[in-house]
Amino acid sequence: MTTDTLRLATAGSVDDGKSTLVGRLLHDSKSILTDQLEAVTRASRGDSPDLALLTDGLRAEREQGITIDVAYRYFATPRRRFILADTPGHVQYTRNMVTGASTAELTVILVDARNGIVEQTRRHAAIAALLRVPHIVLAVNKMDLTGYQQPVFEHIAEEFTAYATELGVPEVTAIPISALNGDNVVEPSAHTDWYGGPTVLEHLETVPVSHDPAHCHARLPVQYVIRPQTAEHPDYRGYAGQIAAGTFRVGEQITVLPSGRTTTITGIDQLGTPVDAAWSPLSVTLLLADDVDVSRGDLIVPSQGAPTATRTIVATLCHLHERPLRDGERLLLRHGARTVRAVVERITHQLRLHDLSLSPAPVELPMNAIGQAVLRTAEPVHVDPYAVSRRTGAFLLVDAADGSTRTAGMAGEAFIAPGTNRASGGLGREHVAS
Amino acid sequence: MTERTPSHLDALESEAVHIFREVAGEFERPVILFSGGKDSIVMLHLALKAFAPATVPFSLLHVDTGHNFPEVLDYRDRVVAAHGLRLHVASVQDYIDRGVLRERPDGTRNPLQTLPLTEKIQAERFDAVFGGGRRDEEKARAKERVFSLRDEFSQWDPRRQRPELWNLYNGRHAPGEHVRVFPLSNWTELDIWQYIAREDIELPSIYFAHYREVFQRDGMWLTPGDWGGPRDTETVEKRQVRYRTVGDMSCTGAVDSDARTLKQVIAEIAASRLTERGATRADDKLSEAAMEDRKREGYF
Repeated sequence: MTTDTLRLATAGSVDDGKSTLVGRLLHDSKSILTDQLEAVTRASRGDSPDLALLTDGLRAEREQGITIDVAYRYFATPRRRFILADTPGHVQYTRNMVTGASTAELTVILVDARNGIVEQTRRHAAIAALLRVPHIVLAVNKMDLTGYQQPVFEHIAEEFTAYATELGVPEVTAIPISALNGDNVVEPSAHTDWYGGPTVLEHLETVPVSHDPAHCHARLPVQYVIRPQTAEHPDYRGYAGQIAAGTFRVGEQITVLPSGRTTTITGIDQLGTPVDAAWSPLSVTLLLADDVDVSRGDLIVPSQGAPTATRTIVATLCHLHERPLRDGERLLLRHGARTVRAVVERITHQLRLHDLSLSPAPVELPMNAIGQAVLRTAEPVHVDPYAVSRRTGAFLLVDAADGSTRTAGMAGEAFIAPGTNRASGGLGREHVAS
Repeated sequence: MTERTPSHLDALESEAVHIFREVAGEFERPVILFSGGKDSIVMLHLALKAFAPATVPFSLLHVDTGHNFPEVLDYRDRVVAAHGLRLHVASVQDYIDRGVLRERPDGTRNPLQTLPLTEKIQAERFDAVFGGGRRDEEKARAKERVFSLRDEFSQWDPRRQRPELWNLYNGRHAPGEHVRVFPLSNWTELDIWQYIAREDIELPSIYFAHYREVFQRDGMWLTPGDWGGPRDTETVEKRQVRYRTVGDMSCTGAVDSDARTLKQVIAEIAASRLTERGATRADDKLSEAAMEDRKREGYF
């Protein structure tokens, strides 16, 4: 198996044709099997199959003609495999766009060529930038309804690229398409001879996917301690987890956090097979030289390059729940395999999406809002900046009373604080709050 | 040894193992739904690897429709014995005998599995229930989370699912609720077969081409049996077939095939223009939203 996998997410406003694009992508890449197409044809009202029905799988979605929840689709071409998160555009379901984008390496943001950039486009671009999705594609859809005019496309592409650049997005690929007719989705369009770039599929197949584990020092959140206590394995004591970042090697000196005890790796089991080294994102079991106390929730790191312990986290938050997040609220913070008590010390800013300015001291974050806050934890935690590691820099805020997932968190300052002049993460560079 | 991008199957395997270990670390009484079908067999294989060299810290639960293929029941019992596991059985036949459930006119027992399953979960106080469901199987399953919270009636409410971000799974639940866990969410049918081949996992014999007496109903080749086939108008013939899915005999069809090895099966699936459920499952054709409706009621 030499083909790699690209995880991608779609985003865009309601009725801009996301489901149709996904359906077209699946259909034209011959990923739809006969019985699925027959089922869609049966359910379609018009003469030709409504490709949006391939992805809108819930009764309520078909009734309302909108996508409510993320649907995951799997397809492959000879060049690459794809895991696609088809996410809703409706503002009420923005949290599901966040869900899809959190694991994506590429986001396709759709706009309707007749409407251009709207608030949802900005919201989705901001979310993709904050979640550090490495690649953004702007698909300018419904070009057929604007006569395939080059200036229409170029105006939208320029406006979006300028906005994305302010967000710190390194690169945007803009493609003029008609999802309904299939222009520039899989096959190049005869109507856009002024466009010299790739089709959507061609771009998805060739965009470089980086699994480079070298950005961050090695991290293993311990999920489970394996102790068979059998005659065959009387003394086996292995620390199981999925490597969140970097590489571990046999013989290497490591530190267990939070205890700070230091020892060396004597063996690495990659699911039953001993190996000399293992790296992210493999699930492994580490064997250590000394009988140190290690349990679920601990973090194993190289002794050179341990994260600092902190009880104060400055973070960017995407609030996902109907109940607003409030100053002073007590929650559970879930980071890696560890859960600690936390309090929202202060919500410092909320991001205004239309112009990327910051409204200071908002007291609470409503659902779908993006903001920055200072959190304090009951015990020290070892978070990396999200800018360095999307895995060990991410956390959830969970409601202790009913267990609901309230907020997605990304450690580190992602946008500029009022009164300073330097953006640490790129977002809002020129837009100090007024 | 230098770092390289893990293969597609390595990445899927690591993700699934991560999910098994999360459940082992967070829940009190997890159980694996085990039907003897290829997906549950792969789940068990992954669980065995996740905790090696220790034993799997979960028991198994089989919902027995009473119309299972004997080869599959035989396989189930051998696996349970070989790994020293505990098997729970929820029996549809038992519910019919007690008059709690009534046989459907079409003889299909798949929809009848929901009640025995959900009552067994309540009775045994299972708090995490692993299912082999894959998102590529069906459009309602494409909407499923990896950790899917169910209320005390095992109901699924697709509009109120928890957002699921990065690989941080939230398994918190109230007493009486449980979480359905789908470690194979991101696998496709082809991934399953390629993994079975790579790991050399034994399967029940009905997955490979063999000669069998079958009769045709609604375009599918069904195996004759006490469950209600063939009818007077249906004729039995001997054909070379194999199964793509394993389920209740009354609604699981065989496909014509001469694939006798894993390699031949993989070649056949890669070339097929039908999905596995479209080819061999009658119960999904009951209505446009058959799977969603069953899942809402607590089906896996």
